[in-house]
Amino acid sequence: MSLSAKEKVIVKDFFAKVSSRSDEIGAEALARLIVVYPQTKSYFAHWKDLSPNGAPARKQGITVMGGLYEAVSKIDDMAGGLLTLSELHAFVLRVDPVNFKILSHCIMVVLSMLFAEEFTPQIHVAVDKFLALVALALSEKYR
Amino acid sequence: MVQWTDFERGTIQSVFEKMDYDDVGPAALSRCLVVYPWTQRYFGNFGNLYNAAAIQGNPMVAAHGKTVLRGLDRAVKNMDDIKATYAELSVLHSEKLHVDPDNFRLLADCLTIVVAARMGADFTADVQGAFQKFLAVVVSSLGRQYH
Repeated sequence: MSLSAKEKVIVKDFFAKVSSRSDEIGAEALARLIVVYPQTKSYFAHWKDLSPNGAPARKQGITVMGGLYEAVSKIDDMAGGLLTLSELHAFVLRVDPVNFKILSHCIMVVLSMLFAEEFTPQIHVAVDKFLALVALALSEKYR
Repeated sequence: MVQWTDFERGTIQSVFEKMDYDDVGPAALSRCLVVYPWTQRYFGNFGNLYNAAAIQGNPMVAAHGKTVLRGLDRAVKNMDDIKATYAELSVLHSEKLHVDPDNFRLLADCLTIVVAARMGADFTADVQGAFQKFLAVVVSSLGRQYH
């Protein structure tokens, strides 16, 4: 499954449209990850504060969104463009790839909440595919 | 047996009480058919599913969406024995409809996205947690009788 030219435009346009609230999206998505899927906290045991609305969670959400916007800018070659991030996830963070799906779902729930009118099924499918491809690029170097 | 906290019980009742089944059902099913197009395999006789617009305007999809939500209501009213409530439906989906049970999860995800859109800020992380736990029990019960 790859993104068609039309879908790439949809993704770029949608992410541009929501960019002013990207911090909010990231923070909300991380909060939901921790609350709805408590097992994900296993990756954040080093945080002083594991609360969903705490500073570390918020900061992590912002970091994740930064990575996503980088992926949008490299949408034509995500595996190549996200090489550093891929190596980070493979050799340092070693996040089980199942969690990429979980976080993607949380991000989309937040997008749907904050942009109910705009997050139509057509945009949903393009974003879903995009997030899946980002996850794939991030797991490139796993084995 | 599934243990529900008071918060979870209250949340599920409240979310479904406020929900317009005739709006959410069709929206969730049509979204599922658009976002996960392979799910269309079960609706060969529904007519025009050629593109997102056709799917969203299809009256058979809308009708079936309502049917699904009304079916979900049975679990809302029987939270302490969802497994038994859905035993027959599980057999139906397995023996007669031959639906891959993974599809229940896909539809549940689309339902979550639609409810999030309808509820906006009221769909807090805790509400989402309760809602997804409820749907996970439903999904598991529907897949229970497969063999």
